[in-house]
Amino acid sequence: MQAGILLQLAQTLLAILLAPLLMGWVNQCRAWLQGRSAPPITQPYRTLRKLFHKDAVIAHTASPLFRFAPYMIFACMALAAGIVPTLANDLPFSPAADVIALVGIFALARVFLALAAMDIGTSFGTLGARREMLVSFLAEPALLMVFFTASLISQSTELPVIVDTLAHQEFAIYPSLAFAAVAFWMISVAENARIPVDNPATHLELTMIHEAMILEYSARHLALIEWAVALKLFTYSALGIALFLPWGIAGQGELGMLPLALVAMAGKLLLGGAVLAFLETVSAKVRLFRAPEFLGTAFLLAVLGMLIHFLLEV
Amino acid sequence: MTLTYHLQIVNLLAALLLLISFAMLSQRRIAGLITLFAWQGAALAASTLLVAWSTGQHHLYYSAAITLVLKVIAMPWYFFHIVRKLDVDRDVEPMINIPTTMLIGIVLVIFAFNLALPISELSGTVMRSTLGIALATVLLAFLMMITRRKAIPQVIGFLAMENGLFFAATSTSYGMPLVVELGVALDVMVAVFVLSIFFFQIRETFDSLDLKHMEKLKEK
Amino acid sequence: MEIYWLLGIPLTGGTFLALWGCRRHAPEINALFSLATLAAAAWLTRRIIEQGPLTVGDGWFFIDSFNVFLVALTAFVAFTTALFSRPYMRIEAEHGRLNPQRLRLYHSSYQIFIGAMLLALTTNNMGILWVAMEAATLATVLLVSLYRTPASLEAAWKYFILCGVGIALALFGTILLYFAAEKVLGPGGTALLWTELDGVKGELEPTVLQLAFVFLLVGYGTKVGLAPLHSWLPDAHAEGPTPVSAVLSGLLLNVALYAVMRSKVLVDGALGTDMAGNLMMGFGLLSVVLAAFLIRRQTDVKRMFAYSSIEHMGLITFAFGMGGAVANFAALLHMTMHSLTKSAIFFAVGHATQKAGTQLMDDIRGLIRTNPTIGWGLMLGTVAILGVPPFGVFASEFLIITTAMHDHPWATPFLLLALGVAFASIFGKVQPMVFGETELPKLPYQPALTPVFMHLGLVLMLGLFIPAYLADWYRQAAQLLGG
Repeated sequence: MQAGILLQLAQTLLAILLAPLLMGWVNQCRAWLQGRSAPPITQPYRTLRKLFHKDAVIAHTASPLFRFAPYMIFACMALAAGIVPTLANDLPFSPAADVIALVGIFALARVFLALAAMDIGTSFGTLGARREMLVSFLAEPALLMVFFTASLISQSTELPVIVDTLAHQEFAIYPSLAFAAVAFWMISVAENARIPVDNPATHLELTMIHEAMILEYSARHLALIEWAVALKLFTYSALGIALFLPWGIAGQGELGMLPLALVAMAGKLLLGGAVLAFLETVSAKVRLFRAPEFLGTAFLLAVLGMLIHFLLEV
Repeated sequence: MTLTYHLQIVNLLAALLLLISFAMLSQRRIAGLITLFAWQGAALAASTLLVAWSTGQHHLYYSAAITLVLKVIAMPWYFFHIVRKLDVDRDVEPMINIPTTMLIGIVLVIFAFNLALPISELSGTVMRSTLGIALATVLLAFLMMITRRKAIPQVIGFLAMENGLFFAATSTSYGMPLVVELGVALDVMVAVFVLSIFFFQIRETFDSLDLKHMEKLKEK
Repeated sequence: MEIYWLLGIPLTGGTFLALWGCRRHAPEINALFSLATLAAAAWLTRRIIEQGPLTVGDGWFFIDSFNVFLVALTAFVAFTTALFSRPYMRIEAEHGRLNPQRLRLYHSSYQIFIGAMLLALTTNNMGILWVAMEAATLATVLLVSLYRTPASLEAAWKYFILCGVGIALALFGTILLYFAAEKVLGPGGTALLWTELDGVKGELEPTVLQLAFVFLLVGYGTKVGLAPLHSWLPDAHAEGPTPVSAVLSGLLLNVALYAVMRSKVLVDGALGTDMAGNLMMGFGLLSVVLAAFLIRRQTDVKRMFAYSSIEHMGLITFAFGMGGAVANFAALLHMTMHSLTKSAIFFAVGHATQKAGTQLMDDIRGLIRTNPTIGWGLMLGTVAILGVPPFGVFASEFLIITTAMHDHPWATPFLLLALGVAFASIFGKVQPMVFGETELPKLPYQPALTPVFMHLGLVLMLGLFIPAYLADWYRQAAQLLGG
């Protein structure tokens, strides 16, 4: 039991600490692929440190919500990152790792972000919040569909059970999971504000979504939000790995598996980050009004996956 | 899951077939549509081949070969030829916007799966559960024919429908008797030939392959 | 042996005319091939009457009283239509509406079309039946667009797309049928043979056959012209050359209905319920009523008679749907009467429109004065198709309606209303065409109306008295259909 709690703590801390590293890795890969000289992989940490050392500037019109929101967002993301099975499967918090609850946690963070963005009353904040809501309004049902497909196979909505079922049964091809995986990829891209839905590197008023919402933040607040963004990317990657590539995650009482799990996890994350960078490099950002179509396709794929599950795999 | 691996691959190909049908519904350009049609044929041929191999139904090899030659190579090539000759590769302009079409498509898929379920339970083939996908492919192609107003997409819809029917025959009863299959293939070939003559006639008369010029014959 | 002649002659004719069809004597060659086909059909018919049902060529072909009667009818109307088209198409060519290449296409396709229909009628294999139906459609698509006018292209496109969709549904029905059969008869070629299926129809899976029949009925029903899938039919009839309208209306619709009936026999055997019959009655009644009311609004003479075809096919479908010896007998009789009369009308209409240079009824006046033969032909044909005694159509319609009164009284008012509306509209429109005032000069040439009077004479004869062997023959066929 105690070992379990320790392991849970370790996993959560590891996630929180390593998340910016994944962000750095993606940025580095992207720079390489685009033929630029890459920033060091630790660049996100440096940014965070710099931001934490600055003095915060807050608008006069800001309400307490504006100050509170970054902590809330960070807490949500940290919780999410902690409960998704990354290294070991059977941990004390595992029963909380329900996929529907997870969608709820993401939604909570998003609501606070959007509220905070509108709190100041600048036009950019409101614009960003509206765009964010448009995207998430379409992405959330699709994400749920993906989760339902996975949980139909394992007959449970609890992530550890899903991972356990998928990782430990005889290998089989699930067309439905293939569809769900593609849909999940598209949703992750949209939710993490990556190309082709949003571009994290620019501040163009015509296109920006996420960046528009956090324009008013500075110093430690901004640092927390940036960190939360990194955590979100990490959580989504871990989720994708848990659902679609679950091999190598340590199961119940398999402490000896942990080093192997760590290596497997690192390998999968490095690979996933590289693929993300590659896809971002080769695709162009779509117009904002095309984003619903992009997410509609994701939803369609997820629904098809579910239907195909009923037809072929029952 | 007690299916062998190649049958799982057949299932995967079936799922792919359905996906391609949806892609065809959402495709805006004629060239893209033809490419997708070729891919659909390829998925069909591959699954037929796998079924033939895993069940030892020899006549399915011929079916697969016919599909490969006719629907993956000859017809797409011919369509590209026509498109180039008539210079018609512009947007396809569906009559209903694409997201709505997709939603109707999903409803059709659910309908097809429900319709096929009691029948596939009666079937003894290893790939019986794919009948629903075959029926869905037919209905989606049908939807495409209704919602497009250009001539070539309608014909591709017709051929995609034929693909779906072919797949249905394979999934319920390992294909029709060879004579019938040959007859059907011949008919389809003649149909494409007749239609291509037709394209040129329409083009000559209307100076366009847009069928909106062809809505004069209505009940007054 | 006869069967090979029967199928071989039109196909040879098609090939021959494809090669030499632009010669001057192509129309005569076309008629000759049709005559030879008719001779083969007569030969075959005689043999069937003498020897009863026949399975030929390893079970690939099957001829019983039901289809041999349609074979004879098809060959006969095909021959008279060829006779009619000989001068008609020549005049069209003189008017500059056709050139030798298109005439070649016309003659070749005509023969192939007839061959495909005969194949559909005689084959024992439900799959080949489908293939032949599709071939018949394809052969006529280019015939409908023969004039290359915008309207004819549109009609042909609609014809192809609608019938293509319909026939695809029928293929799905056939696949389901094969699926059900394969479980009883085992895989391979025999599982689609109608005779084999008929032998085991009680063992076929009812759920599958039920669904199969729905697809087959909707699929082939599109070609029969059943409402609401009829919209190709008036366009194709109105825009194609008149001989094509005549064979489409008089023959193709019958053959499509034949396919439906063959399936119905199997489904009835498997289900033991009236499901198939009720469906057919529903579609039939809808077509009758819808067509009758649409007739009123027509301005184009060929369109009007096309709607009349929908109405009559609906009536026949309804009668077959009722089932039973009398209704089937009446339906078969009505099939014959309709084919003969409707093609005769199209012949007369063809000459009338050719002369007037228009198909609009308002512009065709006083046929009786410009050419009495055409005028009388059209008038008598119209009177016959409207079911005025003593023509045969009266006899068959009377039988259908009395049976309906007896078995399904609820349907009678609809039928009577529809027939009444159709009567009033058609008669009201044809009467001024024939007897109205006109300033047009007399027709310079003598129209070829022998076929018209040949057909009408037959219809009249059958209305007055049906020879015993013919009645016997119909009765046998009605029995086969589950009388």
